Amino acid sequence: MALNRDFVGRASAPSPPYEVSRVKIKEFAAAIGDNNPVYRDREAAQAAGHPDVIAPPTFPIVFSLSGGSILADPELGLNFAMVVHGEQRFEYHRPIHAGDELVSVSTVTDIRSVGRNELITVRSDVTTVDGESVCTTYNTIVERGGAS
Amino acid sequence: MAATVRYDEVEQGQEIPAADYQVRRANLVMYAGASGDFNPIHWNERFAKAVGLPDVIAHGMYTMAQAGRFLTDWAGDPGAVVDYGVRFSSMVVVPDDDEGATITVSGVVEEKLDDKRVLVGLTARSGDSRVLSRARAVVQLS
Repeated sequence: MALNRDFVGRASAPSPPYEVSRVKIKEFAAAIGDNNPVYRDREAAQAAGHPDVIAPPTFPIVFSLSGGSILADPELGLNFAMVVHGEQRFEYHRPIHAGDELVSVSTVTDIRSVGRNELITVRSDVTTVDGESVCTTYNTIVERGGAS
Repeated sequence: MAATVRYDEVEQGQEIPAADYQVRRANLVMYAGASGDFNPIHWNERFAKAVGLPDVIAHGMYTMAQAGRFLTDWAGDPGAVVDYGVRFSSMVVVPDDDEGATITVSGVVEEKLDDKRVLVGLTARSGDSRVLSRARAVVQLS
């Protein structure tokens, strides 16, 4: 089913603050098989000049998709069973580390058809609770067969 | 907080040697738990085939994480990555056996930018398929 184009420009409410923890970073690093000590050991991270353990580059995927609430809106018409990931990009304004409290606001920036598929792009602006810009993420998902 | 690679010692066109990363079903289960992406196409063969996929496929973000690991291992500091984006051009099919699939990542310094930054192009393959395209990162070197 074609996605509802009226959703382009729609933004989520700010997410509840997400508290980045050492335990979650360690779990994520283990899941991607990365043994870098700066993800696991505060002293190693501090020796490398970071205030605490830092997050791997793709870690923001864990919390940035507060846009999920938009994507789950039945009015959008997205069939999750047919969804695969199309594109992903992260712009980092500074590294994320344990202790950060982050808020995401997600905005649908584009919906388009490519062949038989529907593509929807969501930008998430991630800041600290104090408003410091931390990263911007761009997530394009593909609904297979959605345009047919 | 600095890359171990020095800008002055890097040349445009310089290749970053390839590395292999295994992905087995257990890795996808761990990644589902850690990331919160529990889409059954990444762990349930019956469901994956019912929606027209050849088998269970890896999370695109798992593949992106492996290429990210390749990048941060080269740069020497994960905090040195200032921009990182990919397009998922093909699926990584992960069979239910001891071998799983292999993702091979390589890179090249495509351009030297201002402020000691470089544009790195990444290539990720699994089997005969190029699984990432337009995979690029900007890295702050020392």
